[in-house]
Amino acid sequence: MIDPLIEFRHVSKVFETASAQVEAVTGITLSVARGEIVTLVGPSGCGKSTLLNMAAGLLKPTTGEVFYGGKLVDGYNLRTGYMTQNDHLLPWRSVVANIAVPLEINGWTAAAIAERVQMLVKLVGLQGFEQAYPSQLSGGMRKRTALARLLAYDPETLLLDEPFAALDAQLRLSMQIKLLDISRRLSKTILFVTHDLDEAVALADRVVVFNPRPGTIHKVVASPLARERDLLRLRHDPGFVSLTAELWDMLAPVVAAELHGETV
Amino acid sequence: MHVVLLRIALLAGLLAFWEAASGTLVQEFFISRPSAIFAKLRGWVLDGSFFYHAGITASEALLGFLLGSCLGLVIGVLLGRARLLAEVLDPFIMAFYSLPKVALAPLFILWIGIGMTMKVALTATIVFFLVFLNTYSGVRNVSQELVAIVKLMGANERDILSKVVLPSALTWVFAGLRISVPYALIGAVVGELMASNKGLGALLVSAQGQFDTAGVFAALIGITALAYLLNSAVKFAERKAMRWKTVDVDDEVRI
Repeated sequence: MIDPLIEFRHVSKVFETASAQVEAVTGITLSVARGEIVTLVGPSGCGKSTLLNMAAGLLKPTTGEVFYGGKLVDGYNLRTGYMTQNDHLLPWRSVVANIAVPLEINGWTAAAIAERVQMLVKLVGLQGFEQAYPSQLSGGMRKRTALARLLAYDPETLLLDEPFAALDAQLRLSMQIKLLDISRRLSKTILFVTHDLDEAVALADRVVVFNPRPGTIHKVVASPLARERDLLRLRHDPGFVSLTAELWDMLAPVVAAELHGETV
Repeated sequence: MHVVLLRIALLAGLLAFWEAASGTLVQEFFISRPSAIFAKLRGWVLDGSFFYHAGITASEALLGFLLGSCLGLVIGVLLGRARLLAEVLDPFIMAFYSLPKVALAPLFILWIGIGMTMKVALTATIVFFLVFLNTYSGVRNVSQELVAIVKLMGANERDILSKVVLPSALTWVFAGLRISVPYALIGAVVGELMASNKGLGALLVSAQGQFDTAGVFAALIGITALAYLLNSAVKFAERKAMRWKTVDVDDEVRI
C-alpha cells in the first residue's frame, strides 16, 4: 500500500475485569492510507471502538503495535481527533465557545480564533445559533457543532465512533454528505465505526467487516464507488446495492447464530 | 404576584392567630406575642444593638463560610485529581467527616479562646466538609471520555482543569455551597451559645436567661433573616456563574 498512515500490526487487546479476561480483538493487521476513508462494521462488542482508541493512543494493545505516520503510537496521538455518538460538547459554553476550545488550547489569538470559528460555523451551517448553548440545540445541530470543533484544530485523522447513530435518517444523510464533502476537500483520513451498513458503504473507500468477539477481521472490501459520489442518488447505484447486499450476506450468519443462541 | 399576596395573607393570618392565642389558648410566657416581639426588635434596632450583634454573627458565619468553602474547593479539586492521595486519605477523611463538628467547639475554645476566631474556625470546619465532599464528587464525576477527547486536542493538565474539570464540577460546588449556608449559621450561633457575650446567639442565651420569651423569638428572627440573606447571595452567585444552566440539580451530598 502506498503511504500507510495508520498501521495495526498483529494487534490484540485483552481487558481485565474483576471476574474475567475479555479478549476484545485479536490478530488485527490493517493499514489505512493517507486520505482514505475506512469504515468498520460488525456485531456489537467486536472491538471496533477498541481499535479507534488504540489509534488515538488512549489504549495500549496487549500484543502487537499500532504505528501512526511510521511511528509507534505511545500516549495521546495528537494528530487524531475523536468524535463519538455522545458529542461531548461543553454544556457551559456556547456553540462558538465550544468550537473555540481546541484553538484556545493551542494558543491562538482571540482574533484568529474568532475568524476561524466564524468560518467553521458557516462550513457546518450553524449561522444564527452562534450564541446558543448545547442544551438549546437539536441533536443535529449538536453534532454539527462537535464536527466543527473537531475540524477547528485540523487533525490529520478523524476517528469517528458512530457519530451519527442517534440522528434520524434525513439528518444522518445530510451529516454524511457534509462529512464526505469536508473530508475530501481537506483530504482527511477517516476511521469510521458504524452499525449501519448503508452508512458504511456510502462513506467508505474500504469497508472492514469484523467477526464477533474476540474481534477479528472477516474481510476487507474495497468500494466499487467513485471517490466523488452523490450520496443523494447512491441508493440506485448498482455498486452500492451489490456491496450492501454482500455485506448483509456476511453478517447474516452472525445474526442467525445469535437467534439460535436465544431461548425463544 | 398572586402567590405573593397569598403568602402575605398566610403570614398575617398566622400572626393574628398567634396574637389571639397568646394569653388565651397558651400562656404568654411560653409563646410571647407578635406585638411584644416586634416591640423588642424595634427597641434593639433603635438602640443599635440588633445591628451590632447581627453584624458579629454575620461576620463569623461569612468568614467561616468563605474560609471553609475556599479550603474545601481547593482540597476537593486536588484530591479529585490525585487518585492515589485520595485513596490513602479516604478512611481518615470519612472518620473526621462522621464526627459532629460542633463537638469540636470545646477543643477550639481551649486552643483559641472564646473570641470570634473560635466561631469562625467552627463554621469553617463544618462548611469545609460539605464543600469538599461535593467538589470532590464533582471532579470525580467529570466524564473521562470528555477529558480524553480534549486531551487529544493537545490540552495539558492546566487546560483540562480550567476548561473541563472546574466548570463541570461547578454544579456540585454550588450544591455544596447552598447546603452549607444553614450550617455556617449553626457554626456561628452554636459557638456563641456556648461561650460569648456578643452575637445573636449570645442575645438568645441572655434573653432565655432572663425568661424573656419575646427576646428569644426576636433573636431567632434575626438569625432567620441572616440565613435568608446568605442563601440569596449564594443563589445569586450561582445564577451569575452558571448562566447556561436552566435546570436545578438534585444530587447533592447532605449530612
